[in-house]
Amino acid sequence: MMFTGLSAVFRREFMSYFATPLAYVFIVIFLAFTGIFTFYVGGFFERGQADLAPFFSFLPWLYLILTPAVAMRLWAEERKSGSIELLLTLPISTTAAVVGKFLAAWAFTGIALMLTAPLWITVNMLGDPDNGVIAAGYVAGFIMAGAYLAIGACLSALTRNQVIAFVLTVMVAFLFTMSGLPVVLNFFSSWAPALVVEEIASFSFLTHFNAISKGVIDLRDLVFFVGMMAVWLFANVIVVDAKRDGA
Amino acid sequence: MQPLLEARALVKDFAHIRAVDGVSFSVEPGAVMGFLGPNGAGKSTTMKMLTGFLRPTAGEAFIAGHSVEGAPIAAKRRLGYLPEGAPAYGDMTPLTFLTFTARARGLADVAGAVRRAVAATHLGSVAEQPIDTLSKGFKRRVGLAQAILHDPDVLVLDEPTDGLDPNQKHEVRSLIRDMAAAKAIIISTHILEEVDAVCTRAVIIDRGRIVADGTPASLRARSRYHNAVAVTVAANDAAAARAVMADVDDVAEVEVAQSGAAAVITALAKDGRPIIGALTGRLEDKGIKMMEIAVDPGRLDDVFRTLTTSEAGSDATQEAA
Repeated sequence: MMFTGLSAVFRREFMSYFATPLAYVFIVIFLAFTGIFTFYVGGFFERGQADLAPFFSFLPWLYLILTPAVAMRLWAEERKSGSIELLLTLPISTTAAVVGKFLAAWAFTGIALMLTAPLWITVNMLGDPDNGVIAAGYVAGFIMAGAYLAIGACLSALTRNQVIAFVLTVMVAFLFTMSGLPVVLNFFSSWAPALVVEEIASFSFLTHFNAISKGVIDLRDLVFFVGMMAVWLFANVIVVDAKRDGA
Repeated sequence: MQPLLEARALVKDFAHIRAVDGVSFSVEPGAVMGFLGPNGAGKSTTMKMLTGFLRPTAGEAFIAGHSVEGAPIAAKRRLGYLPEGAPAYGDMTPLTFLTFTARARGLADVAGAVRRAVAATHLGSVAEQPIDTLSKGFKRRVGLAQAILHDPDVLVLDEPTDGLDPNQKHEVRSLIRDMAAAKAIIISTHILEEVDAVCTRAVIIDRGRIVADGTPASLRARSRYHNAVAVTVAANDAAAARAVMADVDDVAEVEVAQSGAAAVITALAKDGRPIIGALTGRLEDKGIKMMEIAVDPGRLDDVFRTLTTSEAGSDATQEAA
């Protein structure tokens, strides 16, 4: 029964991306930017190396802006239009609704990511890349997108305004992305104990993403992203449920 | 008979406002309860608690014996709900939207359920247009179709005829009447004629509390116009007729309305006692020619106003009791 509700929500949500121009706009922008970053900014040809490092090094930054746009509507739109009242009075659990929606958004970004496959093909035609590393990069990109989306889904449930949901998500996602970089760490290292600074650094999406995309699939990095998704989706259920008290 | 729907002392607080303050009632199968009250009285909030969308601050709701908070899935399976304003997913068509609802409910025959709901609400002509592009009347019917899709035991309909034209209202009311036999139905409305048209019972709520609960006829009996007699006479007989009518036992008050060559004189009955017999007898004795006689069963809008307008309400309630 849990699965019936979940799969119905998933199908509806997934189709709704394609019912509006959102899906196509997102995919076009995503592909255009991956192209620009890889070939121009990343110097794909000039580097003379058969790998997708330029593509993967820009992917977190692209996701930082684009996944919040995919996630922002998940709950905020339901609240705005009032359809949330229908959704939450169906005989399905809040968890099923939360997970169904999240998986739809994740599947959608997964499709966008798959559409970058021509890059992979190109690099194979031009040289002899380590396809294992590239595959690891795709896995890393996909689960990182999931973590971004889980943050966005949860924050989207806080408001009926999609713009607020978007801005909040970009901010929170930015902190998680940057937390391993000096710009964030310097702020803390001047006063916080080293242990805390290390802890903050360990939440960095970039650190974990770079580790996997270099071809080293470490269980800890995978657990980090999966854990992120679980925690944010759990928070998402709590937020949706807390809103039943009326606000 | 076991009630299909029950509210037990429901209370809902928002920030500093108590929106619903101890509302209790139960609805048996076959009953259509009209839920009346001014805007902001707590009708929609009560319905949101009955259907499990809002969590009550105190009290509990039961659907077919299942606690809405304790066993939400079992309770919601037996429930059909049309929320206020009939929200829907605007980018879907009625067909895809109803299919989604049927799937989410885990119905065995999705296509059949959708087909029956579309037919019952006459949505066939717009079944493949985006809901956003539909008129208000069609949107309301989409919401209704979604609510009756799984043939639920309990229907909670928040303003089901709001925004419909008279023909559509008539259709929706017959639909509700047709379904009423085996279900418990609550409709909220501020259209009083609706109560007569479909309800077997009316509950009036004001500032979060139930102020009246009874059959439409019993509520009407509380009107000061209950058993009032309106007599139409020629204008030049008006003064004489007025004097005669004012003199009849149990007549509390007489009102005169002049319209052209005729005058309508209304005698209000004291405590709603029947006065028509005595009154017409006396007028005939005096040789006053009556062109038209009408007995007023009482006016719901009059009862509604007295019960729901501030302090005057409580006084009138005591008088009527």
